[in-house]
Amino acid sequence: MSEAFGILLTTTLWAAVLRIATPLIFAMLGELICERAGIVNLGIEGIMTVGALTAWFCVHVGFGLWTAWLIAAFAGACLGLFHGVFSISMAQSQHVTGLGVTLLATGLSSFVYRVAVPGNASPPTVVAFTPLDLPWFDSPFLSATPPSYLAIGLVALAAYVLRFTPLGLAIRLVGEHPQGAQAQGLDVIAVRYGCLVVGSALMALGGAFLSTAAFNSFVINMVQGRGWMALALVVFGAWRPGMALLGALLYALFDAYQLRLQTLLPGIPYQVFLMLPYLFAIAVMVPMARRAIGPHALMTPFIKGER
Amino acid sequence: MRIEPRDHRPALLVVLGISGACLLMLLLGSLLIMSARAPVWASWLALLKGAFGSRLAISEVLTRSTPLILTGLACAVAFRARLWNIGAEGQFYAGALTVAALGAGMLNLPAWLLVPVLLGAGALGGGLYLLGPAMLKHWCNVDDVVTTLLLNFVMLLLVSLLIQGPMRDPMSMGWPQTEPVIDAVMLPKLMSQTRLHAGLAIALGCALLIALVESRSSFGLQRRAVGHNPSAARFAGISATRIAIWTALWSGGLAGLAGAVEVMGLRGYVTGDLSPGFGYTGVIIAMLARLHPAVVPLASFLVAAIFVGADAMGRAFNVPSYIADVMVALSLFVMLATSFVLTYRIRR
Repeated sequence: MSEAFGILLTTTLWAAVLRIATPLIFAMLGELICERAGIVNLGIEGIMTVGALTAWFCVHVGFGLWTAWLIAAFAGACLGLFHGVFSISMAQSQHVTGLGVTLLATGLSSFVYRVAVPGNASPPTVVAFTPLDLPWFDSPFLSATPPSYLAIGLVALAAYVLRFTPLGLAIRLVGEHPQGAQAQGLDVIAVRYGCLVVGSALMALGGAFLSTAAFNSFVINMVQGRGWMALALVVFGAWRPGMALLGALLYALFDAYQLRLQTLLPGIPYQVFLMLPYLFAIAVMVPMARRAIGPHALMTPFIKGER
Repeated sequence: MRIEPRDHRPALLVVLGISGACLLMLLLGSLLIMSARAPVWASWLALLKGAFGSRLAISEVLTRSTPLILTGLACAVAFRARLWNIGAEGQFYAGALTVAALGAGMLNLPAWLLVPVLLGAGALGGGLYLLGPAMLKHWCNVDDVVTTLLLNFVMLLLVSLLIQGPMRDPMSMGWPQTEPVIDAVMLPKLMSQTRLHAGLAIALGCALLIALVESRSSFGLQRRAVGHNPSAARFAGISATRIAIWTALWSGGLAGLAGAVEVMGLRGYVTGDLSPGFGYTGVIIAMLARLHPAVVPLASFLVAAIFVGADAMGRAFNVPSYIADVMVALSLFVMLATSFVLTYRIRR
């Protein structure tokens, strides 16, 4: 028992927490921005995959890491725009369009990857982000790659914008009551497009982290449900960036801890440990969902002039 | 600019829209083939020949479409009542595992009884696996998309646990798979020297049955009422709880049946790759069929033809077979765009 507790005091555990949490933080933040404007973006899993592929590929052909990230964000933004054409302009069901985007994006990523790397050759590796040593705060507990700090900074920025700025108010209004927003002279369609594009770009960065920081190559199916987990985190965080960040860190702690617990308890099949985070995520959604605090116009397409 | 519903749909527009959609699909597909540095014409021909070129090819398309019809129906049944069941993949394995557990000699029944009992057990397994998230949705308002999706991953891990542990076949030379079901359980073949099995008849029967129930019975009407306007349905005296439970059992049951049929008709045992994403493809098929149960088989044949044909194309010209996923997803968007153009018009 003391050994199980002792794991919590190791520095590698805490470094792993931030590494596991970062892709989820990017993805969760992207989803949160979309949902605050009234769009559930189920394309998240596919957009992350495209982000992972794009970033890895750009570094592989010689771009710098941050340039690759910029291109990955752009690829995500394009998919967000594509999603918007169907879910916003054409007012189609967001479930359908979102899942379609995921299928299209994952299929396209696998296709492009197989064209670029034929056969069963081992995936080419790239030079990934390395953990940063903060000069003024030298603690092994907080050794993380630069994108991890970027993710946390973006959460703070998003929380500030959503809560304290006119833009944030506009986004929230569009998500709560689009007709009212229009009566206030806001362009609902434009706000929704903006949020979808920015949110999707962030999701792509979550994927980019996987292939250029957490690992150093792209593998087909590398996102492995992290996008869906991010969806659960948004609900868990009650659509607030700070709370969702906490959820992501908590989840990552749980995940990192179970990984280390596995070696301690060899009698239990490893699959049980891998299952726990998913069941945990479902369990924590129950008390949050009961309170029904999500944006009111979530999943409701907006058609101008229609009541 | 604003969009508004059309008053009437000119026949010319319908013809133009549908042929435009087909042309667009051909164009996009050709671009994909070109990007894989393969000859366009020859590749399309290889795809067509691979899907329809011979008795064996057609039987393969029908075999592949069998589980897709059932998972497509599973999604259509759920979506019509606004239950967003994206977990058909997990329910598929729940059905398959149930059949594998009971069919390997555990039940001692005459053959004519054993097959229906096992099919029913598989369906029940899938149905019960969906009942949890459906009830969480109904009583606690927990988002069903997320819970059903996450339960897919739980089920895949459970399958991996069982086929490596308690249910592992000791005779499998180390391969992680369950013990094969006994011969009496296997469904009869429909065509000799092919893999096509009676599961196709079961799937088509289900499609017919559900189409009838949805369009002709009061239960179907009640389900749609709850989906479209829950408060009006409650006012009309429809028990939303009853509908939610039955919808979950139907939908999950169909997906579970898909798993059961795949084991009893084709494989005989469960492996971790029994389903190459049948559950997720079912979502797309339900959408392509616009949630009409009677159209689901048609959409399934089309999708299965793309998958089988793309495999042949891949073998002939070294085009990655992932092209099939891309083409199926693209066809969904082309269909959405076409139906939008046909139902709405844009006004300045």
